[in-house]
Amino acid sequence: MTDTEQLTAETRDEAARAGGSAVNTPVAGGRSLWADAWRELRHNPLFWISAVLILLIVLMAVVPQLFTSTDPTYANLSTARTPPNRAHIFGIDNQGYDIYARTIHGARASVLVGLGTAVFTLIIGGFFGLVAGYAGGWLDAVLQRIGDIFFAFPLLLGGLVFLYTFPSNPGDPFIEMVAKIILVLTIIAWPQTARVMRASVLQVKPSDYIQAARALGASGPRIIFRHILPNALGPVIVIATINLGVFIGVEATLSFLGIGLQPPTISWGIDISNASGIGLVRAAPYMLLFPSIFLSITVLAFIMLGDAVRDALDPKLR
Amino acid sequence: MVSYTIRRILQMIPVLLGATFILFAAVFALGDPSAGRCGQRPCPPGYIAKFRAEYHLDQPLLVQYGYYLGKLFRGDLGTSFYGNPVAHELAIRYPTTIKLTVIAILCEVIIGVAAGVLAGIRKGRFLDNLVLISTLLVISIPVFVIGNLAQLVFGVKLEWFPPTAGQGSLYELLLPGFVLGALSVAYISRLTRNSVVENLRTDYVRTARAKGLSNARVISVHTLRNSLIPVVTFIGTDIGSLMGGAIVTERIFNVNGIGNFIFRSINQKDGQSVVGAVLILVVVYLVMNLIVDLLYGVLDPRISND
Amino acid sequence: MASTTKLVDKTSSWQPTDGLLLEVDDLQVEFRTRDGVAKAINGVSFELREGETLSILGESGSGKSVSAQAIMGILDSPPGFITGGQVRYCGTDILTLPEEQRRRIRGPEISMVFQDALSALNPVFPVGWQIAEMFRKHRGTNRTDAMAQAVRLMERVQIPGAKQRVRAYPHQFSGGMRQRIMIAMAIALDPAVLIADEPTTALDVTVQAQIMSLLKELQTERRMGLILITHDLGVVADVADRIAVMYAGRIVEQADVFDLYAQPGHPYTEGLLESIPRLDQKGQRLAAIGGLPPNLMHIPSGCPFHPRCRYAEDVCRADPPPPLREVGVHRLAACHVSERLLAKEGTPAQAGPAPATGAGDGGGGDAGAHHGDHGDERGGDGDMDGDMGGDGDVEGGSGR
Repeated sequence: MTDTEQLTAETRDEAARAGGSAVNTPVAGGRSLWADAWRELRHNPLFWISAVLILLIVLMAVVPQLFTSTDPTYANLSTARTPPNRAHIFGIDNQGYDIYARTIHGARASVLVGLGTAVFTLIIGGFFGLVAGYAGGWLDAVLQRIGDIFFAFPLLLGGLVFLYTFPSNPGDPFIEMVAKIILVLTIIAWPQTARVMRASVLQVKPSDYIQAARALGASGPRIIFRHILPNALGPVIVIATINLGVFIGVEATLSFLGIGLQPPTISWGIDISNASGIGLVRAAPYMLLFPSIFLSITVLAFIMLGDAVRDALDPKLR
Repeated sequence: MVSYTIRRILQMIPVLLGATFILFAAVFALGDPSAGRCGQRPCPPGYIAKFRAEYHLDQPLLVQYGYYLGKLFRGDLGTSFYGNPVAHELAIRYPTTIKLTVIAILCEVIIGVAAGVLAGIRKGRFLDNLVLISTLLVISIPVFVIGNLAQLVFGVKLEWFPPTAGQGSLYELLLPGFVLGALSVAYISRLTRNSVVENLRTDYVRTARAKGLSNARVISVHTLRNSLIPVVTFIGTDIGSLMGGAIVTERIFNVNGIGNFIFRSINQKDGQSVVGAVLILVVVYLVMNLIVDLLYGVLDPRISND
Repeated sequence: MASTTKLVDKTSSWQPTDGLLLEVDDLQVEFRTRDGVAKAINGVSFELREGETLSILGESGSGKSVSAQAIMGILDSPPGFITGGQVRYCGTDILTLPEEQRRRIRGPEISMVFQDALSALNPVFPVGWQIAEMFRKHRGTNRTDAMAQAVRLMERVQIPGAKQRVRAYPHQFSGGMRQRIMIAMAIALDPAVLIADEPTTALDVTVQAQIMSLLKELQTERRMGLILITHDLGVVADVADRIAVMYAGRIVEQADVFDLYAQPGHPYTEGLLESIPRLDQKGQRLAAIGGLPPNLMHIPSGCPFHPRCRYAEDVCRADPPPPLREVGVHRLAACHVSERLLAKEGTPAQAGPAPATGAGDGGGGDAGAHHGDHGDERGGDGDMDGDMGGDGDVEGGSGR
């Protein structure tokens, strides 16, 4: 959906905060900061709830057969629009598909897009942010301006335009469609991660222990990987986790608008799109309800996890 | 302040050029600009040749872009699927979208700030948790789900609002506007809450208490003034997501605005309309960000005086 | 000068009897955190008279700042709670007053100067506005007059170009000037009691001296009772009349300033004095108090100082802790062996203290330690270095 930009101001702020706590707690190799965070996390019920939810969702994506033996591609028009009952607990949609089976199988596309985009933005954005923050000077300036250009596209708007140029057609291989969405979202979303990374590197860099390491003659890569990265990573991981949920939402929105994944791919966005429309919403609200709930819970789980991790890294807000 | 303003405007120019270039390259150079010009069929070769000549598509990419920029400066955004100038198509639709956006922003500011402040000053208590949980829910539910649900509940079942907003009257736009702003209401209340919590802990708020000021004044003047700085910044960046969200909201409620225009143009493969409309939105987004940045300088004297 | 400073005729209903302004009686404060209850103040009592300067001395976490906040009524609550005792101002226990009346004491009667003026002044309002706010909200003065008063106050605390700079923001001033603004704001309504919480810790040495003499000057001029909270023995010597030494939320010794320097009556005070670097003892090892200040969640039984005390005997380890009792003329100590200490000849610092400069205290370390969100070990280490004079102090001392 539209959340990444919305997160920006908040996350920038949060990044500064989480970065701040990282600065206060110099660690080599990241042990004590992360150990502290883990101790906090263990006591946070939100963390456990979101972890269990995420585990279930990932399981659904990997082996949907564990949850349902119904074929999600089998349609029987004669039973179309059957409300939820014992045999079809979520009901049957207007084309005769079992909604429960489709909802379970829909997890795969969402999880793949969310995970893929989060990982790629983390790698690309993290790398450029690290370079910009550490090197400074003209390289920093150039990288920032390039980031600004992509940042000028709101996530959903940019996604629409780029997917318009490289549209997926019904019947394209599943993995190709997914890869396309990951690529497009990564292109638009990396500058945000880069900014957060750069900000936290800048915050860590002047710390006494970095200066000390430099004075002791530590090499550039050693300073980056032993000292700066472990201390600057916190905010970026938080952003990546929260964004994972956001990307899942955006993918569903793009599919809802008919420009993301294409049928016959099974996806929550497509199913919700099929279910919306005033007439159908009134006649078969369960078509809309179940994929919506699953989608929302997935997004919720990742945002909650990100929140919990952020709180663990930054105890001030509690 | 003046030099800061000039610097920020100068910084915006390369971003604007880069963004338009990417848009142009994506749709015209990499894509097939004549796609959809001729309905569902491929265009006849003669038409394609004429089209390519008109947009200088046989020239190097940068030259094409130069011609395109020149057109842009003359206010020519191309021609839509229906043969109307894209600029004209946008001009008749933007008042509706602006109305929708203003309603959304008003919802955000009024509900979001109020909820955030109340949660912040009652940190850890019931109201705080209520706000935290409800905002988490709103953030997690995608706009198109919220939109469909709101339409079903308030439009169809309760009939409090018209379920669609074809005419674009203010009353019709209330529900879509609220839906559009709902997500940001959640973000703003969380942002305000965190900001208030943090500010309440600062030394200067302690000073304000030590000065013997009333609790109301400590919060409304000494805490809120500082807490709203990040909120204002947020609203600037939020404009971008509102525009994205408007595509979804306008589609669901059938609002005849720019968002719906983009949606329709995409489905009709009307490249010029898509680029034109998105371009305008990107420019508006950048300009709003610039304004907010400058406002930030006004709100936080530590910035403007550097 | 003096004639321009009495800005407002004092029409206060608060009149001290026998010059006795403030009586703190068995004050107790605790912080209730997730990790447990930290007993920050465990029965603190002292008095303050008109024109008197009482210095409260102690490490971070000893409870000196918390005491000040409790007296002012600006304790963060939760987690901080006053669990017992009285704070009497002109004979009235202000802890039991309703907030509305309490508010009218804060500022006009008792006011406070904080350590770090940069963070204690609101960054988004001009300094003049912040000073003028005192007049506008407490006296109902109109905007223009209040501004004029602010300018006069800024002139009084010797800020050059006060008229031009009244509309400037805190970040546009130097550290010393900011602290002057803080002071101007605190004395705006001519309070009877001024609490200065580490007013010079964040400043350069030369500026420290200027600020201290300004405080002293204003105090004499207005006959204020001044409570000077510090960890820096050097600051205290020149300004204070009496000293109260705090340890683990208790006052362990109270004495007139020269008596205390001449002959400490508590082993902790003795340790503090020995840890001051002195010019006449070059080349000797600097004595430091071994061990760490106690964790306020687990204060040792008996005398809280006994684990670090070189005189500790069995009686010191047994509850109840030694009470604060009279051990000489005008002096109190909470120690079983005070008499033995006081009987000792000529130790340790008759020549008076060298102006030792505390290497930064570590900011709001006081409160942080109580909240106990982070590991206590870390906070403890930092506090030690800052307060007890680590290497930094040695260099600072011998340099002068």
